[in-house]
Amino acid sequence: MKNWFKRTNLLWLALIVSTYVILNVLISTGIINNVYQTVLLTIGINIILAISLNLIIGITGQFSLGHAGFMIIGAYSCGVVLKLVAGGTIGVLLGMLIGMAISAAVALVVAIPTLRLRGDYLAIATLGFGEIIRIVVLNMEVTNGAAGLILPKAVSWHMVYWAMVICTLVIVNFGISAHGRACISVREDEIAAEAMGINTTQYKILAFVIGAMIASVAGALYAGAFYVIKPEMFTYSKSIDILVLVVFGGMGSITGSFISTVLVSLLNTALQQFSSVRMIVYGLALVVIMVFRPSGLLGRKEFSFDALLKKFDKKKGAAS
Amino acid sequence: MKTMKKVFMTAMAVMMAASMAACGDSASDSSGSSSGVKIGLHYELTGAVADYGTAELKGSQLAIKHANEAGGNYIEVVYDNKSDTTESVTLAAQLASDGVVGVVGPATSGASAASYQILNDAKITVVSPSATAINQTLNPTSGEVYDYVFRICFEDSYQGAAMAQYAIDTLGKAKAIVYADNASDYAKGLADAFNAQFKKLGGTIVATDYYSAGDTDFNSVLTKFKDMDFDVLYIPGYYNEAGLIIKQAREMGIDCEIIGPDGFDSESLIDLAGASNLNKVYYTTAYTTVGASPALQAFIDAYKAEYNEEPGMFAALAYDSTNLLIQAIEKAGSTDPEAVRNAVESINFDGVTGSFSFDDTHTPIKSVLVVTLVDGVQGDAVAVSPDVD
Repeated sequence: MKNWFKRTNLLWLALIVSTYVILNVLISTGIINNVYQTVLLTIGINIILAISLNLIIGITGQFSLGHAGFMIIGAYSCGVVLKLVAGGTIGVLLGMLIGMAISAAVALVVAIPTLRLRGDYLAIATLGFGEIIRIVVLNMEVTNGAAGLILPKAVSWHMVYWAMVICTLVIVNFGISAHGRACISVREDEIAAEAMGINTTQYKILAFVIGAMIASVAGALYAGAFYVIKPEMFTYSKSIDILVLVVFGGMGSITGSFISTVLVSLLNTALQQFSSVRMIVYGLALVVIMVFRPSGLLGRKEFSFDALLKKFDKKKGAAS
Repeated sequence: MKTMKKVFMTAMAVMMAASMAACGDSASDSSGSSSGVKIGLHYELTGAVADYGTAELKGSQLAIKHANEAGGNYIEVVYDNKSDTTESVTLAAQLASDGVVGVVGPATSGASAASYQILNDAKITVVSPSATAINQTLNPTSGEVYDYVFRICFEDSYQGAAMAQYAIDTLGKAKAIVYADNASDYAKGLADAFNAQFKKLGGTIVATDYYSAGDTDFNSVLTKFKDMDFDVLYIPGYYNEAGLIIKQAREMGIDCEIIGPDGFDSESLIDLAGASNLNKVYYTTAYTTVGASPALQAFIDAYKAEYNEEPGMFAALAYDSTNLLIQAIEKAGSTDPEAVRNAVESINFDGVTGSFSFDDTHTPIKSVLVVTLVDGVQGDAVAVSPDVD
């Protein structure tokens, strides 16, 4: 119990709450207008997607290109519930839970055969699987096929913010738990990990399923926040977009995923006016980052209050 | 090595700066001076369906140019949604905060649906040139029509029904085969409406089969059709596949009438099917240059003078949408949202794509044109109004 109220935990709590309060104040005073609110929504949802993929790629070292497949499951679960069962927040939460359940089941079925593959093979297998889900959705009656679903707005940025916080806590804490360390050992050297008695397939599946469930949360939030969902929005290029965020921030760094998502979204918004050159500048920025920082913005580093406090204490010690 | 890196970095920086400067120029064009009535042009200018969006932007810009030459003071506010629905949501919010009086666009149904709720809540009148999906102008939650959303194109289903009407009444057919694209909502809506209307008028649908966009060989399915007893083949889909289907069907000896939707309306159809195979082929459309009215001819001439190319259906529809909005603003005599909206709702518009007024779902009441192809050239255009419930 004592551990819960460590200095660092309190600092994190303060950061989470104060960010929330500051954003709230900025919105109510109109400094963050409707335009920036939709940008905030995009950032929140993309952060959830990026960190969930980071769990699979960065922490466990399994190269997956099927992430849009799990997002589509969440989006359509939520969309169908909003259309047929209940609207509003209850509908979103119900849809989210259903989406997570379906995603977990599907991920399990996919993971058991494919996670025996490595590297490129795994990438191709997951890529194919993501497309299969999309084609299934495209041909179902309840999803309204290629026309997609037009939905009422049911997700506010408050919900996205807290969902983002919860997903981040889940992933970060998983990463530093015993299971998480086992996953890291799989990433570092699979044979060595196995030699140490770690059931590598089991940990790979665990990380894959958690990542898939969290991606479906992001899908559900997207469906509730952006009015329209169509199968064509979730092609493999969506998976690549998420992958870019992860690689850009640094594979294995959750902080990196946060920073890269915010930067990419802001860059995108800033360049909105200049549509003809936007993709060129965006592409150039990616090239520059990859040339000068091949391991991403942060590599595997994480921001932590622990390290900051230690530095601070040292300085204080030196001064007195 | 170090110097190499520095040189590279400087080169990059210069390139970035140059591109930023270049776009700085283009941005100042669209913002312009602050006085005047702002009209939002929200189109797909890059991405998958950029063809439609850029054609419509040209049409809209021509309309605004004409209005300004006639003494108006309209300012265009142009946005590109990258053919992306998420972007479309952001831009709808942006247009609302820019204080535009009305918006024309987007070109496609998905991006349109994503923007309507926000614009409707902000009381900004939207006139859509080409959002043809079924129930597009209705609020998905309540099922009631959006107060501020209008479109000037007919629904996909209306076009399918018109073709069925024409096939039975004018061509005198009773046994149809439907061969549809299975991956587009456009084709699905058309096929459903065609089937319903054809059966209602006493015809039989002998068979229904599907192809996928991107297919190139249709021989096996066509061979199957050849042995069936039918007198007309309906192909709801786009010209890419339809052209090849027509070619392969004719070469196989299927010489009955072939009918289709406005997806046939492209020069590429002739390239793919071959002019000699394009006889007894009919399609529905909203726009044809056959027997052009003086207004349409004037538009075509002006468009050619401005852009040095022939206008297509999308440019014409966008020209009409923008003119309709401008006329409504002038009729209202103010930029008050409610006044503009009421003016649009009660308008009797006379445009280059025909004359129409709006029904209670804010969709135009106008007839569909059925065009006949003779050796690949548009021979004749007949107006058809299907009696649907």
